[in-house]
Amino acid sequence: METVKEKKKSTDSKKTIKISGAEAIIHCLLAEGVETMYGYPGGAIMPVYDELYKFQDKLTHILTRHEQGATHAAQGYARVSGKVGVAIATSGPGATNLVTGLADAQIDSTPMVCITGQVTRQLLGTDAFQETDIIGISTPVTKWNYQITEASEIPEVMAKAFYIAKSGRPGPVLVDITKNAQIDTFDFSYEKCTAVRSYKPVPKPKMSAIQAAADLINSAKKPFIVWGQGVILGQAEQELKALVEKAGIPAAWTIMGASALDTAHPLNVGMVGMHGNYGPNLMTNECDLLIAIGMRFDDRVTGRLEDYATQAKVIHFEIDPAEINKNVHADVAVLGNSKETLGLLLPLVNENKHEAWHNIFKEKYQIEFDTIIKNDIHPTKDGLTMGEVIEEINLASNNKAVIVSDVGQHQMIACRYAKFSQSKSNITSGGLGTMGFALPAAIGAKMGAMDREVVAIIGDGGYQMTIQELGVIFQHKVPVKIVVLNNEHLGMVRQWQELFFEKRYASTVMVNPDFVKIAEGYSIEAKRISERKDLKSTIQEMMASKEPYFLEVKVEQEDNVFPMIPSGASVSEVRLK
Amino acid sequence: MENKWFTISVYSENNVGLLNRISGIFLKRHINIESLNVSKSEIDDVSKFTIVAHTTEKWVHNIVGQIEKQIEVIKAYYHTDDETIYQESALFKIASGLLFDERQIQNIIKDNNAQIVTVSRDFFVIAKSGRRNEIDEMHDQLKPYGIMQFVRSGRISVTKDEMKISAILKEF
Repeated sequence: METVKEKKKSTDSKKTIKISGAEAIIHCLLAEGVETMYGYPGGAIMPVYDELYKFQDKLTHILTRHEQGATHAAQGYARVSGKVGVAIATSGPGATNLVTGLADAQIDSTPMVCITGQVTRQLLGTDAFQETDIIGISTPVTKWNYQITEASEIPEVMAKAFYIAKSGRPGPVLVDITKNAQIDTFDFSYEKCTAVRSYKPVPKPKMSAIQAAADLINSAKKPFIVWGQGVILGQAEQELKALVEKAGIPAAWTIMGASALDTAHPLNVGMVGMHGNYGPNLMTNECDLLIAIGMRFDDRVTGRLEDYATQAKVIHFEIDPAEINKNVHADVAVLGNSKETLGLLLPLVNENKHEAWHNIFKEKYQIEFDTIIKNDIHPTKDGLTMGEVIEEINLASNNKAVIVSDVGQHQMIACRYAKFSQSKSNITSGGLGTMGFALPAAIGAKMGAMDREVVAIIGDGGYQMTIQELGVIFQHKVPVKIVVLNNEHLGMVRQWQELFFEKRYASTVMVNPDFVKIAEGYSIEAKRISERKDLKSTIQEMMASKEPYFLEVKVEQEDNVFPMIPSGASVSEVRLK
Repeated sequence: MENKWFTISVYSENNVGLLNRISGIFLKRHINIESLNVSKSEIDDVSKFTIVAHTTEKWVHNIVGQIEKQIEVIKAYYHTDDETIYQESALFKIASGLLFDERQIQNIIKDNNAQIVTVSRDFFVIAKSGRRNEIDEMHDQLKPYGIMQFVRSGRISVTKDEMKISAILKEF
């Protein structure tokens, strides 16, 4: 960008420099503070790659082994850093391979900008080689998308793309750029976007709603907070903590909200949802006031909606007006950025302690500990459990690691047992449940937080969906720790088959390759353990390593994740076995 | 909750792809668009979609929320039939000979407050605006004589209440 600015200064202020569209794209990315991007080249995006070659000292491009990996890496990067993740691909199959990552980022509100090449303007609609209607395909899974067909559109559209991706409720944006627009030259100048007519990213908080919320909180006998990712996206961690402490309210989290409040905080009562903690699920239907903060009442959180917190008044703190009354009726809706609204609420809330109410959570936790947690993290049986592996990682990392999980049993176990002492530490595919997310997301997470340990927890199923991204770890020496919890099954589906399909294990038994040899093929230090005596020392060795490290843990093949709210059941029907 | 007729009014920028975005919101929820009209609105450079759907209030609320969330949408509203003034238009193409041979056709045109738009050697065209049932009735009356072509537009409507788009636009 400096070069552009310098050149601009040296000429008339109205006069700008004439550069190609492809070069303009690089200048836009630099102006938006992009340092790292993930992608895969191809015919229709080659002019941009040619510029990336020239600008490689300013902009790092990581060649993933599949475009899906590029999106998940961009997501991992965005989720740990709070910055916009960037992925780039060519037209046709390159573009369609982005779709899963776009859908994942859309449902989990992750800021991401995807750039795709497109056939030249004159060929649009002719079924040209590698032409696909990525605008049509990506429309339902993007916050915004746009096709650029003229070079001169690039600065304004790119500025708008970044603004839309990161403002308000964040989300993915796709910009499709025809090849002629990359090649043609035009007078370039760049101005960041700060507003778009017709788009209001953050609703203005209404003091009347905040006062009404405070009144409900101050008069509640059994208030209960459930927070989600909105706290992290809104950077409202301190405000949440202050509220919880001042008003003495037990608080639970959705998996997307995990790590916003220290796991060890006495008022952090655990996780809600299908495999969440016993107390928070049961108490959802016992509280007199449910305070939802930056969460969207996903069905995996609510169970059967008709029986969800019907006894309670509901306050919904939310940035997206479309979420209000979407699933659960809000008696008071507080629209706005969570940092701002919670900040305004705090002075209006009375100091309080709800000890007797909080004690019920502790009692329920003890029941859950005795029946489930104890056996998960301190098992007495021979086989290794997923829970004890997570617990050893907690110990070896002093609860400071970024935990990136894939999807399935190991994900639920990781979310249940990983301990967090700082925000943005739980990176997982929440809404979409994308198997294959973790390995590339861990790469992005590590690159977005180089000072932190990043541990990917992956099942043997999901690992093989994006295993090719080991190539990135190898080529770029990304020091991520990869832990595959191998139960030789697609564990969560197998669990459902056991519980609800009379143990008919249709296509859930995995015959796996030698994962250690595969990792070694990529020159990644690799170990396999299957006995408890080796667990602690191996995990300590892994965490002490400064290099990429692969660890396969052979765990019990038919363990189940409990507690569990069966699909379609009420949160009150949470099962301990 | 029972299904009702709702008219959704969407004020938006006039951009390529927005129609796809809006129709996709219905598609994702497996709800049919009964009629759709896109036109300019009372405000310069602002387009207006008028969409009719037969669904529950819960779903129309959800849909309008999702529509309004789209970047290029300024504001979306939904109304029931009794909250709006609404019409559709229809064109009937009929063989010219019938206009003179079948006197009853002229009565049908007069009784229905319809207009003859054009008359040529082979055919003439009748335009009729009104409620859906009025157009249907006229269609039924003309059908025995033979209709060469028939087309009916999507619903257009204005609301009895004010939709303060200019004020909203100033806020952005």
